[in-house]
Amino acid sequence: MITSRDKTTFLNRQSFLELDARGRAAALFDQGTSRELVGPFDRVESPWLAIQDVTPQEDDGCVVMKGKIAGKAAVVVALEGAFQGGSMGEVSGEKMTAALDLACADSENGQPTSAVILLETGGVRLQEANLGLAAVAEVMASILTLRKHAPVICVTAGTVGCFGGMSLAAGLSSYIVLTREARLGLNGPEVIEQENGIDEWDSSNRALVFAINGGEQRYAMGLADALVEDDTPQIADAVRGFIAKGLPHVHRSSQVELYRSRIGALDTSRQWDPNELRRAWGTSASEEDKR
Amino acid sequence: MSTFTGVRGTVWFRAFTGQDNPMPGDPKSVLAADAPLGTDNARFLCIVPDQHARFPCARNGQVGLEEAYTLATRVREAIELDKNATKRPIIAIVDVKSQAYGRREETAAIFLAAAAAADAYGTARLAGHPVIALVVGHAISGGFLTHGYQANRILAFDDDGVMIHAMHKEAAARITRRTVEELDELGKTIAPLSYDIKDYAKLGLLHKLLHVENPAKPSAHEVLAVKNELIAAIADARSKPVDLSNRRESAEAFKTRKASILVRAKLEEQWRET
Repeated sequence: MITSRDKTTFLNRQSFLELDARGRAAALFDQGTSRELVGPFDRVESPWLAIQDVTPQEDDGCVVMKGKIAGKAAVVVALEGAFQGGSMGEVSGEKMTAALDLACADSENGQPTSAVILLETGGVRLQEANLGLAAVAEVMASILTLRKHAPVICVTAGTVGCFGGMSLAAGLSSYIVLTREARLGLNGPEVIEQENGIDEWDSSNRALVFAINGGEQRYAMGLADALVEDDTPQIADAVRGFIAKGLPHVHRSSQVELYRSRIGALDTSRQWDPNELRRAWGTSASEEDKR
Repeated sequence: MSTFTGVRGTVWFRAFTGQDNPMPGDPKSVLAADAPLGTDNARFLCIVPDQHARFPCARNGQVGLEEAYTLATRVREAIELDKNATKRPIIAIVDVKSQAYGRREETAAIFLAAAAAADAYGTARLAGHPVIALVVGHAISGGFLTHGYQANRILAFDDDGVMIHAMHKEAAARITRRTVEELDELGKTIAPLSYDIKDYAKLGLLHKLLHVENPAKPSAHEVLAVKNELIAAIADARSKPVDLSNRRESAEAFKTRKASILVRAKLEEQWRET
């Protein structure tokens, strides 16, 4: 049910989904504080695409911006879902890794610098295969190093969602911000259907994808820290809030005992209704904070 | 083209530790044990197939939910045990078919399970544990990201049965709209596409390629030689930074990862401008 007030909010919102990676990144900074690093005019393209008859892009689908968010130093790295599905190649991967490492170096030198990663990606770029996979591993390593000093905030708004190896990068983040249009998971539906058949996952069933991988479900299961509307000010607010909050008491990916016991308690003889897991897991974050 | 057999992990785990058991309370698909290695007491970890595993999509050597959280548990246990002691080496013996592709896995957030295992390995590395991945068979995609790719040093056998890749060949061909033959042909000139471990070595990510006549049946002499390589890699890891910079500072990386090096240099330069 949409109340009249909600309707006004809905009509007045400024869509984040309609922005490209550059627009999304810029929208998160305190006004007038951001500048792009290694932008399209630097023309650092993927060296692997043209030789495979794929047109490269002059920013390799990855936008790096540095500036201030909530008055604090921050870097935003945004993947462009419209270029090769936001896939991670050598150049886009190294942009992200190097940006995280520079934020880490500044943090270690007394200038705490948070990172916001905008992940719209299907994972590794298959035209760069092993260099893409290596890039994902290096991004993950750099997130782990930075998050000792300053938070790493993952925003997945849609419409590509965050899949493949980069879902592990999301999993390592200090905070995850999702919209209802976002999807987050390791394996996309097509891959699961291909590997294990249509009985395992019917990839034409879009409702099933959102019921399992959708932002609302992930948030309700305690696997994301904020569920926001597709509204740029709301998303920027959520990011500012987490930057102001600083590091979490414990990172989700370090809560091994909690999640291992939850997996151990599952009845694996059947598929589950996603709602069951909301009920079983849903209160996680707050419970863990009380410990 | 190498077919995944899933036997090599057990073979090498047994060769290093003298047994092939999981730790108490762990699933049969994760072998973990401490065993002497040089002057150290190292922790060895390996994923193996278990036809009776609880999760149906993780019975053939895939890394699933239980495998990932068990790895995370055993690596974190080693970190905790060595909090005030010499940091034991952690050896990931890698022969993984892939991550588990299932609906149960997605519903119960395998992305977080995989992240938790990588978190544990990375945290161990940052805490000063030498983390060494020894690729004895397959190391595919999310399976390798979960188990092995956070290591300070990666060693692999220069053998047809060894394969490190982002996706198995048939699926990669289908998604990039090529035939398997076309993909093989491209791999000959484009190193990151190749399924040949010798081409992978050109990317600069490997610490060393090792030779064993038949990795499924190593001789006692070969086991000893591989142990010595592990010991040397541990010493090397202990003497260098705990990050992964070695992967882009190797002689091979200077040739193959020129774009990475350029991006980093430009970003560093522009980062400091105000």
